[in-house]
Amino acid sequence: MTGYIVHRLLQSLAVVALMSFVIYGLIGLMPGDPIDLMVSGNPNLTSDDAARLKRLHGLDRPLVERYGVWATATLSGDLGYSRAFGQPVLSVIAPRLANTIVLMALGFGLALAIALPVGVLAARRPGSLADRAVNLACFAGISLPTFWLALILILIFAVSLKLLPASGMATIGASLGFWAGLADRATHLVLPVATLAIVNIAGYTRYLRAAMIETLGEDYIRTARAKGLPETRVLWRHALRNAALPVVTVSALEFGALFSGALITETMFAYPGMGKLIYDAVLGNDFNLALAGLLLATLVTLMANLAADIAYAWLDPRIAYG
Amino acid sequence: MAETPGTLLLRRLRRQKAGLISAAILTCLALAGMAAPLVEQMLGIDATQVDLLGRMAPPSPAHPLGTDELGRDVLLRLLEGGRVSLAVGLAAALAAAIIGTTIGLVAGYRGGRVDAALMRLTDGVIALPLLPVLIVLAAVDPRKLGLPQALVESEAFSLIRIVPVIALVGWTTVARLVRADTLSLRSRDFVLAAIAQGAGPARIMLRHILPNLMSPILVATTLSVGAVILLESVLSFLGLGIQPPAASWGAMLTNAQELIGTAPALAIYPGLCIFVTVIACNLLGDALQDAFDPRRSRIP
Repeated sequence: MTGYIVHRLLQSLAVVALMSFVIYGLIGLMPGDPIDLMVSGNPNLTSDDAARLKRLHGLDRPLVERYGVWATATLSGDLGYSRAFGQPVLSVIAPRLANTIVLMALGFGLALAIALPVGVLAARRPGSLADRAVNLACFAGISLPTFWLALILILIFAVSLKLLPASGMATIGASLGFWAGLADRATHLVLPVATLAIVNIAGYTRYLRAAMIETLGEDYIRTARAKGLPETRVLWRHALRNAALPVVTVSALEFGALFSGALITETMFAYPGMGKLIYDAVLGNDFNLALAGLLLATLVTLMANLAADIAYAWLDPRIAYG
Repeated sequence: MAETPGTLLLRRLRRQKAGLISAAILTCLALAGMAAPLVEQMLGIDATQVDLLGRMAPPSPAHPLGTDELGRDVLLRLLEGGRVSLAVGLAAALAAAIIGTTIGLVAGYRGGRVDAALMRLTDGVIALPLLPVLIVLAAVDPRKLGLPQALVESEAFSLIRIVPVIALVGWTTVARLVRADTLSLRSRDFVLAAIAQGAGPARIMLRHILPNLMSPILVATTLSVGAVILLESVLSFLGLGIQPPAASWGAMLTNAQELIGTAPALAIYPGLCIFVTVIACNLLGDALQDAFDPRRSRIP
């Protein structure tokens, strides 16, 4: 088991190293490097100046060499400055990371809380009317464009009914007490969390339904039924406990998808999180920020995958890993 | 008389009502998209024609669904956008299927270190946070890749460039499927017989193994068309996909958010089109899967 964890950890490190190089190379291919931007912003700069600046910042060196310099700096904790914010990248990222964690945790929790009973309901009698209705609803959920769902929710709840705020994280300029401030924050979270949850319910429901159907065919379920346990107890205690495990692991594997959903949600609701930060940094040529944001997102996704794999191996003793 | 595989498949497919309806819807959408130039002629207007005096007009005989924020006809732009979305979706899904099949075949047939390296690559791509990576890929300046300026600035290029962008990250499902099936096929008797007859690796992969993989590849590709259309629409919505003046459903929604208070209809139509197309692709893929594999029945 320890051998397996070490093996997977080393493998993940190799993937992180490879992906950091790929991301570094891609960011270098975005339009306009920092010197180009300086030139276009200052008509007094000659091409000689530009060449001198490029030499000064080492931009004339080959890609691998530049990557080496950047990777060394990054590993020592120096991620550079954000061009748009004029602050160290780390201090820009930290508060937004916290916002994203709040959004993703709530969205994930809500999606799972809805998927569990719906999945059990569908799996109880496969092929029944309820099952087919759930199946169709799942197809609809998978096919729903996240940004359009957000638009429709804004249209209904913010524009027409004027019930909920359409953007931001808190009412700007309002000085509220602790509880009123918390309530204000909560109302701003309702639509983003609902959007993120709705687009993820379908996937979790389908996993759970499949896992439940498999579990319900096991011998111990027949035993439980044979000894006269009420069906609800069989379903919710014996079967669900066993079926929910793989579903939780699979949802950890889907962390990247959840983050992609959060990116769209944050952009649609002007919610200051990591996803929106990466999107704005890429569009605004904020190289250091885009690089750090992407790297962090990749790192966290890989760690979630690793945790899922290890949890799976640890929880299911039948799986032997070399 | 024994049934041929084709008629058997058709017979099974006919039992899939949702799949048939989906196929009909997709055919209608494709035909409507192709008929867009005809409709343009009939109505006597152009999909890219800006009319600043007739902005956000309500539906009228001249503009059956009204006009958008630049006075362009909404119906025509929906039709044009449908053609673009379906074409891009099919092309990117096919490109991804080709990349995935190649990688899966080589990994599964070669085995050993080649397999390990290719599968680690696949794991790496799967582990990437998809949308942020797509945003960076779509923002890449093609001139820095050495493509000529004239090509980069042409209108066709703005339509085509999204295809490799999506294909580069979308091949992993097919690669894993093909690898798994190749692993089980390569030790079957008919492959061993071909090796004994002196067939080379390329011939065995393409002539003996690939034909047996066509049904899972077809199913996976159909299912991925829907996912690809979703990705294209979100990239276009974010301003990184199909560029104006070309129409696309995602791009039509870009301005809709600011106008949602004044012109909610502009936000509804294109999204509904994306939703219907993607759900039709997914239901069709599901029906094909059931038809190809009678063991995988909805009712156990």
